[in-house]
Amino acid sequence: MVFKKDIYFSENLPRLMFGAMAALTVFSLVSIFIFLLISGIGAFEEIGVSEFFLGIDWNPTSFYTPAWGIFSLMVGTAIISVLALSIALPFGLSIAVYLSEIASPKMREIFKPLIEMIASIPSVVLGFLGLLFLAPFIAKFFNISNGLNALTASILVAVAALPTIASICEDALSSVSVRFKEASLALGATKWTTIKKVVIPAAGPGLIAAIMLGLGRIIGETMIVLMVAGNSRAFPTSLLDPVRPMTASIAIEIKEVVVGSLHWQSLFAVGLTLFIITFVINLLADVLVYKKYSYGN
Amino acid sequence: MATNGSLRETIYFYMFRGSAFIGIAILFIVLILLFLPGHSVINWHFLTSSWQHRDITQGGIFSAIIGSIYLGIGVMLISFPLGIGTAIFITEYSKNIFWKKIIRLAIRNLAGVPSVVYGLFGLAVFVNFLSLGTSLLSAVLTLSVMTLPWIITASTESLEAVPQKFRETSLALGATHWQTIKKIVFPAAFPGCVTGGIIGIARALGETAPIIIVGATFYLSSLPTSPLDKFMALPYHTFILATQHSSPYASSYAAGTALVLISLTFLLSFGAIIMRYNYRRKKDW
Amino acid sequence: MKKTTLFFVILLVGGFILFSINKNQSRVSPRESLAIKGSDTELQLVSNLVEAFLEKNPGVDISVTGGGSGVGIAALINGELSFANSSRKMDDKELAQAKERGLNIQEFNLAVDSLSIIVHSENSTQKLSIDQIGKIYKGEITNWKEVGGKNEKIALYGRQSTSGTYNFFKNTVVKSDYSPYMLSMEGNQAIVDAVQTDKGGIGYVGVGYVRGENGQPRNDIKIIPVGKDQNSSAVSPLDDEAVRLDNYPITRNTFQYLSQFPQKNSLVEKFLLFEMSEQGQEIIKNSGFFAISKEDNQKNQQLLENIK
Repeated sequence: MVFKKDIYFSENLPRLMFGAMAALTVFSLVSIFIFLLISGIGAFEEIGVSEFFLGIDWNPTSFYTPAWGIFSLMVGTAIISVLALSIALPFGLSIAVYLSEIASPKMREIFKPLIEMIASIPSVVLGFLGLLFLAPFIAKFFNISNGLNALTASILVAVAALPTIASICEDALSSVSVRFKEASLALGATKWTTIKKVVIPAAGPGLIAAIMLGLGRIIGETMIVLMVAGNSRAFPTSLLDPVRPMTASIAIEIKEVVVGSLHWQSLFAVGLTLFIITFVINLLADVLVYKKYSYGN
Repeated sequence: MATNGSLRETIYFYMFRGSAFIGIAILFIVLILLFLPGHSVINWHFLTSSWQHRDITQGGIFSAIIGSIYLGIGVMLISFPLGIGTAIFITEYSKNIFWKKIIRLAIRNLAGVPSVVYGLFGLAVFVNFLSLGTSLLSAVLTLSVMTLPWIITASTESLEAVPQKFRETSLALGATHWQTIKKIVFPAAFPGCVTGGIIGIARALGETAPIIIVGATFYLSSLPTSPLDKFMALPYHTFILATQHSSPYASSYAAGTALVLISLTFLLSFGAIIMRYNYRRKKDW
Repeated sequence: MKKTTLFFVILLVGGFILFSINKNQSRVSPRESLAIKGSDTELQLVSNLVEAFLEKNPGVDISVTGGGSGVGIAALINGELSFANSSRKMDDKELAQAKERGLNIQEFNLAVDSLSIIVHSENSTQKLSIDQIGKIYKGEITNWKEVGGKNEKIALYGRQSTSGTYNFFKNTVVKSDYSPYMLSMEGNQAIVDAVQTDKGGIGYVGVGYVRGENGQPRNDIKIIPVGKDQNSSAVSPLDDEAVRLDNYPITRNTFQYLSQFPQKNSLVEKFLLFEMSEQGQEIIKNSGFFAISKEDNQKNQQLLENIK
């Protein structure tokens, strides 16, 4: 006779164990949001939501009265995001088109991993190379006094985000049903026309998802901007101006704050803002990908 | 017959091919640019001796290497089991479709949250709330929380790639749910999980922002012997040498440290990619 | 799968072996340890001191981290450590916060720093007065020709708000907010590197950073002599005599702060004594700083005497 107890244990024990792991994981991930909220909410109360988001000057250690507006920080993040994306997107898409449509299977096998390896370059290394080589080069090229500005930072951030964008675009393009391509070619279209008018539009949602995930990666970049973006308080007016994005501000100022002070709380508020922005962007990307999988193939 | 259309096509195709080559070139340019100032610095002494502050040419980055290794092992010990276990639960055990979707969505999106925000979290929870201070343990826990979403996502994808047929056949043959998972599903998904995990660790080793916030140090007189000790780490060491050190050799030493760091992350990533390649080739479904 | 399991087992065992070798090398009893954080200006100096101290006192653990005076002071107030480097005095607000948390802050004078103004090596400006420097950093003077140099836009380099140097300079020279166009660099060295390549650049760094290998002034940047006002003679921060006679206008003490009174025979007491010793003073000089004045030395003595 089989003892039901044995089976009960051997079946439910693993279930409980894995369930506990999942619960612990979910708990710790939820607590990220909660702790950010708890630590940062005081800032919104004391500074006021509109002053926080729309105030132009961020100067917590001012000689006169501290200023708590993150608008110029958000603009800094926005400038680098737009610039880096406009460099990384064409590049990433071209590479993806090459990998999925043009390259021979052998070339693809070699190239795709190599592109992915770019993602494992630590951002502090990119920042260091920027300081050592790119910034002086940009300074000389544009004949300005130094190369610590939005442009230098954006180029390096684009390099950091390139693998993400290229990889996801490539996934999107190659999962377009072969039948679409065959039908198009059978109708007499050239390969390029097929790519341009059939494959890319069909992969549309997936490509947009790639953009958004790349954007998320770009917005969150800290070390590169910390080292080469210049970090000045002034409101940036050109691509060759130094900028101070949200991520760098947090990394720089967080160590000097006393736990619980208004400066501490406001930095957590900035972190909370970043968390929400990136989470929403990723969410939108996810929704698009799901939508796509319910249409195409 | 070369028409306008096919000329345009050829140009475009060369453009695409060109961008791929430029992409690869970036990889090699980074390595070369590091190698030039840095290679003269690297020797056995550099890799195995402790940091000498007064004359950095006499010392080495052993403590930073050990610190990074400790970090890597610690993160692996925590996030692998937790991550893979959670993935198994999500794909094999949870019945409620609604919750399953929500949790998976939440986890996948957490993978995109900036590392500096995880650093803040670690500061609030591990350093302050749990009073662990700026220690090796705080850093390991923070980096583990950061790596979890990545490992979970990679593992769930790997588990879901196992054909449903396998499970159905196994159950039909009389195996229990757990036996099916243990002997059929998990072994099939294991390489994918491990690959994702190794790439996650490689990323964690290269992160600087969280450990700046949660506690790496620059000068340490001895290696950490308990999880609550201070520690050194390669990314932080590179950062300080690149921006704050006054020795005229600082730049070359920064490059040397960066070379060691990038070799580590490359080795891990490349290993994972090779593993994934072999796995996909041998896979027979 | 067997291969990967083997790999991980090897990795774990290897890590464990490393760990235990390391552990076995330390004493059976727990080692005394000290964590020091804070001023970037003092980072090199204190690390040098610690290194020399450890040669005489092996078997203890000391760690030093930079980040800026603000970092050290915050860590002190937060209760994270008991010993902080700071290149500025703690202000009333901080002292109050410390008091609230039950700390009994003790101040130790470490060394004298003559904060140096540096510019590009080809800059033709001969000297600057405190007032001019203040105006430059406020953003009121924007071109080198206004102060006797070439027609070149001034590029401002400074530290970040975590830095004691940033705060000291702001309070004593600028006496206002910095120009929003100032670039905030991560450390003294970053400022030196920037000014080295920027023809219009100006920066402020601790004097320890303007000396080269052999204690001579660096020749890849220019150190500007500073005068109290436009009529007084300008003095170089490297002029030992002038600094000792307090003729260089931007001189400051650098400090170390303790969260409590040090215990007798504690590591902290031993380290402080070492810093005051002849060898310690020698290291201070070789690191490019100046010895503290006799009065400040007496204050230090007082602190240590009260321990006995």
